[in-house]
Amino acid sequence: METNHQLKRADFIFKNENDWKDVLKKNINRPPHELINELISSELKGRGGAGFPTGLKWKLSAEVKSDIKYVICNADEGEPGTFKDREILSLVPFKVLTAMAICGYVVGAKEGYIYLRGEYFFLKPELNKAISEFEHYCKEINLDFTIRIFMGSGAYICGEETALFESMEGKRGEPRNKPPYPAISGYMNKPTVINNVETLAHAYTIFTYGAKRFYDLGVQYSRGTKLFSVSGDTPKPGIYELELGMSLSDFVNDFGDGDTKAVQVGGASGFLVPRKRFAETTIGYEGKLIGISLPTGGSMMLFNSSRSMFNVLDNYLEFFREESCGQCTPCRVGCQQLLKGIKAVKTGEKNAQHLDKLLRLAETMQFTAKCGLGQSVANSFSSIVENFREEMIY
Amino acid sequence: MGKNIKITINGEVVEINEGTSILDAAHQVGVIIPTLCYHKDLCVAGNCRVCVVEVAGQKRLSPSCATPCEDGMEIYTNSVKVRNSRKHIIELLLSEHNADCTRCYKNGKCELQKLASDYKVMTDDFIPLVPFKHYTIDMFSPSIIKDDSKCIRCQRCVRTCAELQGVNALTVAYKGDQMKITTFFEKAMNEVVCTNCGQCIIHCPTGALVERNYIEEVWAAITDKTKHVIVQTAPAVRVALGEELGFEVGTRITGKMVAALKRLGFDTVMDTDFSADLTIMEEGTEFLSRLKRALVDHDPEVKLPMATSCSPGWIKYIEHMYPDYLGHLSTCKSPQQMFGALAKTYYAQARNLQPENIVSVSIMPCTAKKFEANRPEMHDSGYRDVDYVLTTRELAIMIKQAGIDFMKLNDMKFDRLMGESTGAGVIFGATGGVMEAALRTAYELVTGREVPFEGLNILPVRGMEGVKEASVLIENPLKEWAFLNGVTLKCVIAHGLVNAKKVMDSVISGEANYHFIEIMACPGGCLGGGGQPIPTSPEIRAKRAAAIYAEDAGMPLRKSHLNPEVLKIYNDFLIKPLGEKSHHLLHTSYTARKRY
Repeated sequence: METNHQLKRADFIFKNENDWKDVLKKNINRPPHELINELISSELKGRGGAGFPTGLKWKLSAEVKSDIKYVICNADEGEPGTFKDREILSLVPFKVLTAMAICGYVVGAKEGYIYLRGEYFFLKPELNKAISEFEHYCKEINLDFTIRIFMGSGAYICGEETALFESMEGKRGEPRNKPPYPAISGYMNKPTVINNVETLAHAYTIFTYGAKRFYDLGVQYSRGTKLFSVSGDTPKPGIYELELGMSLSDFVNDFGDGDTKAVQVGGASGFLVPRKRFAETTIGYEGKLIGISLPTGGSMMLFNSSRSMFNVLDNYLEFFREESCGQCTPCRVGCQQLLKGIKAVKTGEKNAQHLDKLLRLAETMQFTAKCGLGQSVANSFSSIVENFREEMIY
Repeated sequence: MGKNIKITINGEVVEINEGTSILDAAHQVGVIIPTLCYHKDLCVAGNCRVCVVEVAGQKRLSPSCATPCEDGMEIYTNSVKVRNSRKHIIELLLSEHNADCTRCYKNGKCELQKLASDYKVMTDDFIPLVPFKHYTIDMFSPSIIKDDSKCIRCQRCVRTCAELQGVNALTVAYKGDQMKITTFFEKAMNEVVCTNCGQCIIHCPTGALVERNYIEEVWAAITDKTKHVIVQTAPAVRVALGEELGFEVGTRITGKMVAALKRLGFDTVMDTDFSADLTIMEEGTEFLSRLKRALVDHDPEVKLPMATSCSPGWIKYIEHMYPDYLGHLSTCKSPQQMFGALAKTYYAQARNLQPENIVSVSIMPCTAKKFEANRPEMHDSGYRDVDYVLTTRELAIMIKQAGIDFMKLNDMKFDRLMGESTGAGVIFGATGGVMEAALRTAYELVTGREVPFEGLNILPVRGMEGVKEASVLIENPLKEWAFLNGVTLKCVIAHGLVNAKKVMDSVISGEANYHFIEIMACPGGCLGGGGQPIPTSPEIRAKRAAAIYAEDAGMPLRKSHLNPEVLKIYNDFLIKPLGEKSHHLLHTSYTARKRY
């Protein structure tokens, strides 16, 4: 792997999972609160994109009294431009399974599920093989924990945790009202820990090497490493594990093609950063850092000057128009209006001021949509329209 | 209940029970928050987002219907952010809605229209989406018209069909901009498990679900001088019609209703209560004969428990869901259809009219009655027994169209022959009413004494509990009924089809051992029917029920078997309950149906 002094590359996730039996055995002999504290002190945050502290999630669920609890691995990797979970599940599945079992031990859950994206059906046979080997070992060490795969059917919205529960319960995949949160009432209305594939893989790292090793990587508020799915106008698309807190200009220096006009951080639901803001933008979770800090599920799409940002936005909005569950008004109708609206401005049917109305609409969607999908449409919409307004106009 | 907490709403401190929704808390202190997808009868969906409010310290707005109050919450229901967002949401809904209001059946009664009016949405910022959609209007059902172009996807109908009725005829399909409310495989409403109960109609905020109206057809019949138009009015109509015409909920306007019907030009105004009393005679006799066959003859063929058959929504439900149990249904037609069959036979003879010149109209709290009247077997008079069924709402529309100042009408009485009723007939309109009426008569028939309940009020069968059980011990019966001595009759009453399912499942599993089952498809019975004034809520239904029981209590006759016109018809025409003529005109059979 080529080295770069600016970007701090790391290699935890895809390395060395042959020790999973030892890791599992060692950790299920530790008191649960110690494991929770380990996770909390690592400051690991959810790697699906939302960035909720993982240790806190486990703690909340562990504190709830219930005979039945669940651990769910969210492998409904549907964000455009993200393809890291697929690699984790095909290359190091035991890390994920081990972390699920440890989580089950910590919170008191005996059943785990992997909600596998419909398009990842091809992963299922190998994953099932890994699961049977894993469950066999669990029996050997008297750990009562089973894991089942639940196949999704291709809806983006089912990656939203409560829509995912509905889907697993055999219902239409529509997000629920929150509260209650999954830690209290999730799948089958039982306390449920639901973690992204990568989050679990990082938990494995933490339980293997200790919280400090993880915490020492990255920057304040954004500890540890993260997998990035790099795509678009780049000479080296692929998956890279990097320390959090990097500056976007360093990233572009390394991955750009020399003509990078903008980077979409976090997929269709993320933000577009134009060239003039590369230097002030860091990649990490929200916090009181200098400049802008952007969270991401790991999707980094690079666009060079040959790309029309109108087409990019049009493409994202087409995606949201189709993938909204259609349940709540701001998301269902808002997506249609944004899409129709930019087309109307582009063709001159509406004047440029219509963009301002759409920006206000996007803000309303952010304030009022029921779930993360509708709330985050404004991210890409506003960042593209505000930074590339001239490309939107007739 | 949780502990008391303090919150502030628009600066005012409110003490409230922990866990109360922001919406309820606001309403308690006189702050109105608009809603669309919220309905008191249904679970909270939180999907229209019209009711969003601002909670201090939170960037995003919260749906007040779905957000429980927390201690110290500072809530703003009318901030700039809330107003802007709310207006946006109304504008978005309108952009997706066929807002051709003047041509809409719900014009003036539409919740979206009211919101648009309240918030003065006069801008056209958003692109009308209706032309881009391929909306369909389903007019195949004889009861319900479903117009997708008016739908705002609040899913009140879906929740109604699932939670209140357990039918699930309506469901959500597709996602994103294609998302819509439809049926299994998008079949027409007349080809699915829909029971035509119309609960979706009274829970729909817009004109997406309305009754199929027959107002023009009835006007035409009234105007046609060659036709003799006879009208019957169901018990539940008289305690609800007033709501459409300016009266308080729960006002009884029986006399004014009769006067209005006469002014509208109906040739004869009769009362379905009469045929309700007749139903009791037939159904009561049928029940006792089934008991005899079971207890004395030990006939293995006899089906007990026997279930009532007055509610056409329930009939279609059992035909779809429990087709193997149709034998348990009483073979009695509903009061509407008994009346219809008699209108073109008994009435025609008595008045010397040609049945083909009689147009038989019924005013019902019900949309399923439209389907029932349309059933192929309902032609026992040789003609279609009931020609047109109007809902309470349609009657109100006709009264308004005719320029009748309803409030100023003097009370009038029903015409004779089939217009006399007893309190027993009246209470058919409430859940438990058929059971109570049947018990009043059957008990007396068997023992020669009145039912052992004070003032004939059989309280255990009344009330709004979903499933009610009651039992009556029979002691010292008349000689003819000696075999019933010491028998405890077990009765159960359910209203709302989701409760019907509970009862049926307990009967099938053998866990319950009932003799007699009363089931009404709609919550509260007919008074909460799908043809009744909109809106509906538990409180409204309770007030209508109170009016029904007040009407009963005020009647000089309160037992079906004392109805002089019922006695007369048996004397002059039918001869006896379950007799040959009864069998031909007043009884029917059922059709097993599939679920899809």
